[in-house]
Amino acid sequence: MSTRRIALLGATAGLGRALARRFAARGDDLVVLGRDPTSLARTAEDLSLRAAGRPVGMARCDLLEAESFAPALERAEELMGGLDLVVVTAGVFATQEELERDAEATEHLLMVDLVRTIRFCEEAKRRLLHRGGGTLCVFSSVAGEQARRSSVLYGAAKAGLTRYLEGLDLRHAGEGLHVVTVKPGFARTSMTEGLSPPPFAAEADEIAEAVMTGLDRGRRVIYAPSIWRWVLAVVRRLPRAVMRRVEF
Amino acid sequence: MARSRQRTEELSGWGRFPVVRGVVHRDEDLSRACAGAALTRGLGRSYGDASLPAGETDIVACSVRADRILALDEARCVLRAEAGLSLAALEALLTPRGLACPVVPGTAQVTLGGMVAADVHGKNHHVAGTFGRHVRALRLALADGGEVEVTRETDAELFAATLGGLGLTGHILEVECALMRVPSAWMIVETEPVTDIAATLTGLAEASAGWPYTAAWTDGLARGSAAERGYVLRARWAERDEAPAMPPAAPRSWRVPPIPLTEALVRAHHGRHFARAARRRGPRLVSPAQVLHPLDAFAGWNRLYGRGGLVQHQGLLPGPDPGPAVARLLATLAAHGGRSWLTVSKDFGAAGEGLLSFPAPGVSVALDLPGRPTTPALVDALDALVAEAGGRIYLAKDALTRADVLRRMEADRLPRFNAVRDRVDPERRLRSALSVRLLGDAPAGGRAATAAQRRRRETPR
Repeated sequence: MSTRRIALLGATAGLGRALARRFAARGDDLVVLGRDPTSLARTAEDLSLRAAGRPVGMARCDLLEAESFAPALERAEELMGGLDLVVVTAGVFATQEELERDAEATEHLLMVDLVRTIRFCEEAKRRLLHRGGGTLCVFSSVAGEQARRSSVLYGAAKAGLTRYLEGLDLRHAGEGLHVVTVKPGFARTSMTEGLSPPPFAAEADEIAEAVMTGLDRGRRVIYAPSIWRWVLAVVRRLPRAVMRRVEF
Repeated sequence: MARSRQRTEELSGWGRFPVVRGVVHRDEDLSRACAGAALTRGLGRSYGDASLPAGETDIVACSVRADRILALDEARCVLRAEAGLSLAALEALLTPRGLACPVVPGTAQVTLGGMVAADVHGKNHHVAGTFGRHVRALRLALADGGEVEVTRETDAELFAATLGGLGLTGHILEVECALMRVPSAWMIVETEPVTDIAATLTGLAEASAGWPYTAAWTDGLARGSAAERGYVLRARWAERDEAPAMPPAAPRSWRVPPIPLTEALVRAHHGRHFARAARRRGPRLVSPAQVLHPLDAFAGWNRLYGRGGLVQHQGLLPGPDPGPAVARLLATLAAHGGRSWLTVSKDFGAAGEGLLSFPAPGVSVALDLPGRPTTPALVDALDALVAEAGGRIYLAKDALTRADVLRRMEADRLPRFNAVRDRVDPERRLRSALSVRLLGDAPAGGRAATAAQRRRRETPR
């Protein structure tokens, strides 16, 4: 596989970091996008050392500041002389109970995970199409597949994001835009710290591995770990009367 | 948001004794994880209670997600990384560059921060000292929340107290250490069978006179004429012209099923293992992992010891002629009806600067004891013998030593260590189950354990 030019939003922690290290180990060109300049610089240096010294670029980008999107992606294109793949792993998470207690947090979550992520994707899409195509790989969640009592709000945000990505695929597949929707299950990361891991909980590295495999095979939807494809095939068929009783 | 969630989980060291409940803060940002925490732990490979909280209300930060490499100067052989970087990940990074960590412990599943906090040693202690000797700078989060860069120049006492200080002087955030250049990615190893403990110690001393990596393994379960049989292992890095250009395959690891083994099964394994070692002659070219981290080939081997867990007793018998004391130690073990499933001996070179570091000239003997109701009494007897000989115990392995015994062993060093803690943490905000047990720190919640609770805690299931 030839070297790809990849911009990653969210590579400083969790799933994004695990995935970025795999790209780095493979010798891909990377630019990391993120909020905190100190953490970005440390992450870029770490990735560069893991990539046998190949430089890794960085650019400031904050999902809360829509005006940071275009300059960040432009900088990434500049640094790598192009762009083949844009990966979005950034996002926020909170439990249903936490969100019900805090209307501000709810708005923040919907803003970051849905509104601003879509707006970032619009900018990335525009740039990739302008170059004649490329891949846009965005982390949604299994939580967006089926409404559940335990994740009404987060599930709604992710369901919206998943639909948007499906739509992008329908609209632009013919123009060379390859849209990949990643649907990870529960990951043991700092985002879910302090929660009891449910069945099929995975380490960040297992999820990163599943995503790498899915990308290599040209998949448009990646369940990570892959067991979720089958779990959801069942869960999606459960009638609403059953889902009302299911606690998870 | 995550910090508003508090979930207690079961925690233990590698020996799985004792087991406690505690709240763990894991974060990519170690400074954030450490805020309000009483202790930081890494991969939990210390055996006893060094990485355990003093009580359920104390928070333990976990460093393993803070694992970024911050700088690597290949020309000057210097590395700086966040404290949660594992040695396994570091070795994977260094091997292709012709570099290696100058001191590594028996497992690669440790963090850099843990290597500092335990001031680990390896098979090359007689030439390379402890890991602490190669540490150049540390970034610490102190008990008052402030962060400082500590070197031998800025604060020699705090630096020395932190090497082997079991995380009690400050949360270790970053580690800067020297690396070494190695001629190849392979090692040359030889094993020399020995039939008794005297020959083991002589063999070890002879091997260390000419080889950089040495240790001796003794089959603690063999009976009759085979009792005390073992072998001395000696190794060195292979020169470029002795080694294949290809690096060795990544070490394979078998996950040991969590089924407790009986002594008879372990004896049967040792029968084959030690007989094979006795047959082997001459140098062999092997992967460094086989020499440096032999037990990593069996992931989860600690579970073989079952519910009672594993208690390791690692004591130093000091001086130029530790033979009689080692013999007395093994006799004490036998007199108590105890058997060590595996006994590892290693001769040490000069002591380092760490105020509570374990190694000093003499021989270290590590006994792997299954946790039984009789184990505390056995450890008491072994400790008495070590103290009598003027030796000390390895705190990173310890779970059962008593505070008064430690004070006897460490009459000179403890006051210096305590003085540093008095200066940087007079209220003893940083503490662990070990520091409550051995250093007189107040237990979490401020309530002293009742005698009955203490007995329960001190008796393996």
